[in-house]
Amino acid sequence: MKRVTYIKAVTDAIAEEMDRDENVFVIGEDVDIDGGVWNETAGLLEKFGSSRVIGTPISEGAFTGLAAGAAMTGLRPVVEFMYGDFVHVAMDQVANQIAKARLMFGGQASMPVVLRMCACGAGTREGAQHSQFLESWFAHLPGLTVVFPSTAADGKGLMKSAIRANEPVVFFESRHVYYDIQDVPEEEYLVPIGKAAIRRPGDQVTLVSYGYACEKALQAAELLKERLSVEVIDLRTIKPWDTETVFKSVEKTGRLVVAHDAPPTCSVGADIIRKTVAEKFDYLDAPPELAASKDVPMPFNDVLEDYAVLSTDDIVRTLEHIAFGII
Amino acid sequence: MTEKNRSGSPYSPEYFYRWMLTIRTLELKLKELYIDHKINGALHLSIGQEAVPVGVCAVLNDEDKIFSTHRSHGHYIGKTHDVEGAVAELLGRADGCSRGYGGSMHLYNYAKGFLGGNGIVGGGISLALGSAFTAWYKNSGGIGAAFFGDGAANQGILHETLNLAALLKLPFLAVCENNGIAATTPTAKSTAQQDRTKLAKAYDIPALSADGSDVEAVYAAACKAAKHLRSGKGPFLLDLRTCRWEPHCGIIKDTRDQAELDVWRNDRDPLKVLAGRYPEIFTAERTAELENEVGGRLEQAVGKSLNSAAPDLAEFKNNFGV
Repeated sequence: MKRVTYIKAVTDAIAEEMDRDENVFVIGEDVDIDGGVWNETAGLLEKFGSSRVIGTPISEGAFTGLAAGAAMTGLRPVVEFMYGDFVHVAMDQVANQIAKARLMFGGQASMPVVLRMCACGAGTREGAQHSQFLESWFAHLPGLTVVFPSTAADGKGLMKSAIRANEPVVFFESRHVYYDIQDVPEEEYLVPIGKAAIRRPGDQVTLVSYGYACEKALQAAELLKERLSVEVIDLRTIKPWDTETVFKSVEKTGRLVVAHDAPPTCSVGADIIRKTVAEKFDYLDAPPELAASKDVPMPFNDVLEDYAVLSTDDIVRTLEHIAFGII
Repeated sequence: MTEKNRSGSPYSPEYFYRWMLTIRTLELKLKELYIDHKINGALHLSIGQEAVPVGVCAVLNDEDKIFSTHRSHGHYIGKTHDVEGAVAELLGRADGCSRGYGGSMHLYNYAKGFLGGNGIVGGGISLALGSAFTAWYKNSGGIGAAFFGDGAANQGILHETLNLAALLKLPFLAVCENNGIAATTPTAKSTAQQDRTKLAKAYDIPALSADGSDVEAVYAAACKAAKHLRSGKGPFLLDLRTCRWEPHCGIIKDTRDQAELDVWRNDRDPLKVLAGRYPEIFTAERTAELENEVGGRLEQAVGKSLNSAAPDLAEFKNNFGV
């Protein structure tokens, strides 16, 4: 193992894949200026040159469309949105073009694009337009794969898998973990798309989470450890999510809580609960529950934002409710 | 393709005539099939606009990629000459160019460089920039071209794309197929700047206007564009004035002044303009022969497609995980 920041681990993944395949290139705002605003492209320009590290004007529609057309003609772009929120400016390119090309042209078009949703998160007083969790939007669009790593090691392994995938992958990232120093394997590895990880074994409640919310889920499980054995599953891939791992855990625990930073309505959690109820109803000892942020754009003021964002305490209370009936 | 012609093009007038006639005949047949409920969904015809795709595509080769619009049949034929694949796709058959998954607005033929129709107005513009990027990245000498209408010229994506194309000096060809109307809104009512070459000039991109009902004029302008694009000097824009004779979609009402349309139909029909210039080539006899050849190929394609299989449901389920 080596100790590196999350952001370095993902940059290393991109560099390794650029080394491996000359068709891989990076495009986005400021990616060619001093290693990008997050240091997320540090060293790439120096190593691979300006034809493979393309800094762009603030034109999300055009550079995302450029990436799509490049992918259709044999390249493998990694498209960077400085904040995931900015992808809305390119929604025609993502939703109408990238997601649909393969089906629309009878399976003949290839679209190996990685859409990197940088610096997603809330609770950092950045206001409503820099504090969104959009994973369910993209999971809801047929034709897209969606991943959301929570650790440096998974960030690296999933980025490598995403770049090698032949379909478009939306790669969500939490700004909260960007500069955390964590263990990352020395040797080359891939994290497979569609495979969850059990972060903490337990046998009384299954707690499914992903992204930064996974950290809060682990804290909640730790706080309750004397009274409750919680199995924490880090989904890692949002779509297709790992039904096998989640169902196996629910069969054991009989109780399901999903915790995520996105608001609850039509969310990833809603889908996990829908499918679990439909397919594993006989194993459930209690109605599944969802701990999520409030259904509201994020306010700036700290008191208001802390109320709106999913907290560790929210997850603790949800676990207590499903396990002990405490409200 | 051996007759001399006055435009200096390596293509004979007969070549241009044949492919414009193929598009015309195909679309008249599509309209008939649509009225007979043999073609489903939306059908956007480009009758009257044939000179644009035929003239522009004559300067492109199979390695050059074009991205089209919702009104794509002419572009498809101009680029691929694949009458059979288009007919089968419009009928939703497995042997269609998009294997029955796309329909009228989503034709596709990678081998011939047709990277798709597009149901979103302006949707193909930035994708074409991507194919121009690949040509630049691989130093292939190829061109990425976007066809779009005067309506799409009001989409912000055109401006983003022109700016990025100029900055990166990409071999991106913007072809504005200016038929004077966006669905049912006249360009005069929707567009402050009627001269689209000025949009290009705002980004220091060279541009030319040409008469979109004269295939040789289109070809001549496209030749200048291609020379610029293939020399690595960056993008180019063509503004080609033309007219679609049919309503926006299917057989919906047409709100335009019919007398004005009649002028286009009578005096600026691309087939008549070309034939009128070369009366010694396009004799009544030769024109009838060409009509028979083109019509025969089309009838054969329609007959075959009407009997060909629908896409396989099991394959759909398997390939798309549903």
